[in-house]
Amino acid sequence: MPETGVHSSYLNNEGKYHGLLAWLLTIDHKRIGLMYFFVVIAFFFIGAMLGLLMRTELLRPGEDIMGPQTYNGLFTIHGIIMIFVIVIPGLSVIFGNFFLPILIGARDVAFPRLNLLSFYLYLTGAILAVVSQFTGNGPPDTGWSFYVPYSSESSTNVIFALVAAVILGFSSILTGINFIVTIHRMRAPGMTFMRMPLFSWSIYSTAWIQVLATPIIGITLLMVIAERWLNIGFFDPALGGDPILFQHLFWIYSHPAVYIMILPAMGVVTEIFPTFSQKPVFGYTAIALSSLAIAIIGYFVWGHHMFTSGTSYLSRLFFSLLTFLVAVPSAIKVFNWVSTMYGGSIDLKPPLLYAIAFIFLFMIGGLTGLIQGALATNIQVHDTSFVVAHFHYIIFGGMGFAAFAGIHYWFPKMFGRMYNFRMANIAWGIIFIGFNLFYFPQLIIGMQGMPRRYFDYLPQFSTGQFISSIGAYIMVSGLIMMLINLIYGRYHGTIAPANPWKGGTLEWQIPSPPPVENFETIPHITRRPYFYGDNE
Amino acid sequence: MNETSPHITGYITYVIVLTFLLVMTFLSVAVTSYHLGSFTVALALIIASIKVTVVLNYFMHLKSESLFLKLCVSGVFLLFALVIIITFIDYLYR
Amino acid sequence: MTTNHPVYTEHTDKEAGKLGMWIFLFTEMFLFGGLFLVYAVFRSLYSEDFHHAADELNTFIGTLNTVFLLTSSMTVAMSITAVQKKERSVALILVLTTLILASLFLVNKYYEWSHEFHYKIYPGSDVVRNMPRGELLFIGLYFMMTGLHALHVIIGMILLLICLVKIKTHQISDESHLLLDNAALYWHLVDLIWIFLFPLLYLIT
Repeated sequence: MPETGVHSSYLNNEGKYHGLLAWLLTIDHKRIGLMYFFVVIAFFFIGAMLGLLMRTELLRPGEDIMGPQTYNGLFTIHGIIMIFVIVIPGLSVIFGNFFLPILIGARDVAFPRLNLLSFYLYLTGAILAVVSQFTGNGPPDTGWSFYVPYSSESSTNVIFALVAAVILGFSSILTGINFIVTIHRMRAPGMTFMRMPLFSWSIYSTAWIQVLATPIIGITLLMVIAERWLNIGFFDPALGGDPILFQHLFWIYSHPAVYIMILPAMGVVTEIFPTFSQKPVFGYTAIALSSLAIAIIGYFVWGHHMFTSGTSYLSRLFFSLLTFLVAVPSAIKVFNWVSTMYGGSIDLKPPLLYAIAFIFLFMIGGLTGLIQGALATNIQVHDTSFVVAHFHYIIFGGMGFAAFAGIHYWFPKMFGRMYNFRMANIAWGIIFIGFNLFYFPQLIIGMQGMPRRYFDYLPQFSTGQFISSIGAYIMVSGLIMMLINLIYGRYHGTIAPANPWKGGTLEWQIPSPPPVENFETIPHITRRPYFYGDNE
Repeated sequence: MNETSPHITGYITYVIVLTFLLVMTFLSVAVTSYHLGSFTVALALIIASIKVTVVLNYFMHLKSESLFLKLCVSGVFLLFALVIIITFIDYLYR
Repeated sequence: MTTNHPVYTEHTDKEAGKLGMWIFLFTEMFLFGGLFLVYAVFRSLYSEDFHHAADELNTFIGTLNTVFLLTSSMTVAMSITAVQKKERSVALILVLTTLILASLFLVNKYYEWSHEFHYKIYPGSDVVRNMPRGELLFIGLYFMMTGLHALHVIIGMILLLICLVKIKTHQISDESHLLLDNAALYWHLVDLIWIFLFPLLYLIT
C-alpha cells in the first residue's frame, strides 16, 4: 500500500550533498524537473509582463507609454523568451523530466549527469537572453525570427541574443538525446512500445524533432553572426546571396519547433481524458502513430511561413498541400479525445476543465491555421494580427492550457498536497474568458488589415485593440490567481493520497511525493495502463 | 534488450577497407580532371557516397548493428535529401 | 532510511551509451547539413563562378588531407581491436598515430589558410568584395565549412587525447571501452564530413 503523509521523498532526501547544493548538483530527474519548473514559471512571468507592456501601449491609438523602438525591442524579447525559453523546452523539461522515467517504470533517465548539463545550458541561455536587453547598443529589435537583411544590419545587440538562442538549442538537443535513449533502453520489463503511456509516445516523437531539427537553427544563427562579423554574403543580395534562403533555413527548424511545443501538450491531455472519464483512451494506436505522423509530416511544411516572400508557385502549392495534410493527424487526436470522454464517468476537476478548454482553443488555432495554409487567404492575413491571434490560440490556448492542465493534474504527485478546487475553477474561468477577449478581436482586426508588430494603428482598429488589452489584463489576473492558489496549496493544502484521481498509469501507484528511486521494486508490465475499476 | 556480443574485427580487414577508400579517392581525383560537365560532379558525389557507406559500415560497425540503427542512419540521409529537394522546388522554378 | 547513492547504478549500459552517441552524430550531420544546403543552392545559381573559385584551391593538399583523415579513421578503428585483444601498447601507438595524422591535417589547413590570407582571400576583404558574386560566396562557404570542420577535428583530438590517457591508466580496457568506441565514432564522423567536403570544394573544377 503506498504511504501518504510525511515520508522520505525526493523533496527531503538529500544524498551526497546538503541544502542548496543538494538541488544545484542533483542528478535526480525529479529535482531537475522541479528546478526547470521554477525557472520556466519565473521566465514565463517575465515574458507575460513584457506582453502586458505591449498591450498597455496598444490600449489606445497613438504613443502612450513607449515609442516604436522600445516596442520593437519588446516584441523581440517577448518572442525570444516565450519561444526559446518557455514553450519549446516547457513541457518536455518539466513533465518529461519528472514523469517520463516513472511512466515507463525506470528509476531515472539514461544519462542523469547529461540531464543536469542540459539544465545549466538552459539556464545560461535564458539568462543571456535577458542580459541581451542591457548590453551593447540596445535591445535587439529584429523580432524573434531574426529575418535578414535587418538582422545583419541592425545596430542593436543581435549577436548576444543569437548566442543565447544557440545555447538554448544545444540544451534542447541534449535533452532530446537523453529521452530517446531512455525510452529505448529503460522501459520496465514487459513494457513494449505499444504498452507505454501515450505521454511517453509524445515525448518520444518530440525528442526526435528536437534532435533532427534544432541543429539547423544552430548553424543558421551562426550564419547570421557570420553575416554581421564577416560579411559572408549568404543572405545579402548585394554580395550575391538570397535573403529568402535565410527564411528557408530558419523555418526548416522553426516549423518543426512548433510540433516540439504541441506534441507534449497533446500527450498531457491524452493522459487526463481517460483518467477523468475513468475509461480507457479511445484509439491508442491511432494516437501513438499520429504523434509520429505529426513529427514526420511537420518537417515538410516550413514554406507556409513564406507564401508572400517570393518563392516559386510550385513550391507554394507543395507547402500548402502538405500543410493541409499535417492537420489530419491532429484532427484524429481530437476525435479520439472526445470519444474517450463519450460514455465515460466524467469528473469535472480542474485538470479536465483545462483539457476541455484546450480542445476548444486548439481547434480555433488549428482552423485559423488552415485559413493561412490556403494560398489565397494567406495573402490577406499574412503579417497581420490574424497570425498573432492564430499562434497565440495554438501555443497559449493549446500548449499553455495543456501545461496548466498538467500542473493541476500532477501537482498532488509532485508536492504531496492538494490545491483548492473552487479557487482553481474560478481562476480557470477568469483565464478562459480573459484569453478569448484578448485574442478573438485580434482575429477580426487582423482580417480587417491591422498589421502585426506595429506599436500604433489606425482609428478603425481602436475598439478591437481596446477589448483585446482589457482581455489581457483579465487573463493575467486569472493567471496570478491560479499561481497564488497553487502556491498556497503547496504549503497549506491537504495532504494528497498516492492516487487522488484514480489514474491508471504508473506514477499513481507510487507515493505522493515520490521516493528518490521512484519504485521499491521495478514493476513487471503485462498490459496497457488505461484500466479503471471494473474495466480490468 | 540484447547485448551484441563483441566481435573483434581483425586489423587486416581495416587495412583492406582503407586501401579501397584510398583507391576511391584517387579515382575521384582522376575522374574529375576530365570535363564531363555536370556528370563530373555527379560522379564525384557518387564516389563520395560509396566511401561514406564503407566508412559507416566497416569503420563505424553499422553493418553489425541493429536494424533500428541502420534505419535511423538511412532515415537521416533520406530526410536531408528531401529537405534539399524541397528547397530546390523553390529555386528551380522561380 | 536515507539513501546515499545516486539514483542510477554504477553499471553503465553500453548499448545506451552507443545509441546516445549515434544520435549525437545525427545532430552533427544536420549541423553541417545546413551549410551543405547553402552550398547546393549557390552552386546551382552560380556554377561557373564555383568552378573558377574551386580552381584556386590546391587539389594536392586537399587530397593529402583526405589521405590523412582516412588513414586516421583506420588507425582509430584498429585501436579498438587492440584494446579488445588486450594489446595495450599497440592501442596506445594506434591512438597516437591517429592524433599525429590529425595534427598533420591541421598543419596542412594552417598553411592553406595562411596562403589564402596572404593573398587577401577571406570573407569581407576588398579583394573578395570585387570578385564575381558566385566566387565570393564560394569563398565564404569554403572558410565556414572547413573552419567548422577544423573545429570538430580539434574536439575529436581532445576526445582521443583523453582516451590515450585512459588507456595508459587502464581505465579503458577490454572489459570497458565505451569511451574509446564513442570517441572513435565521433572521429569517423569528422572523416565522413570531409569525404563530402573534399569533392565539393576541391574537385568541381
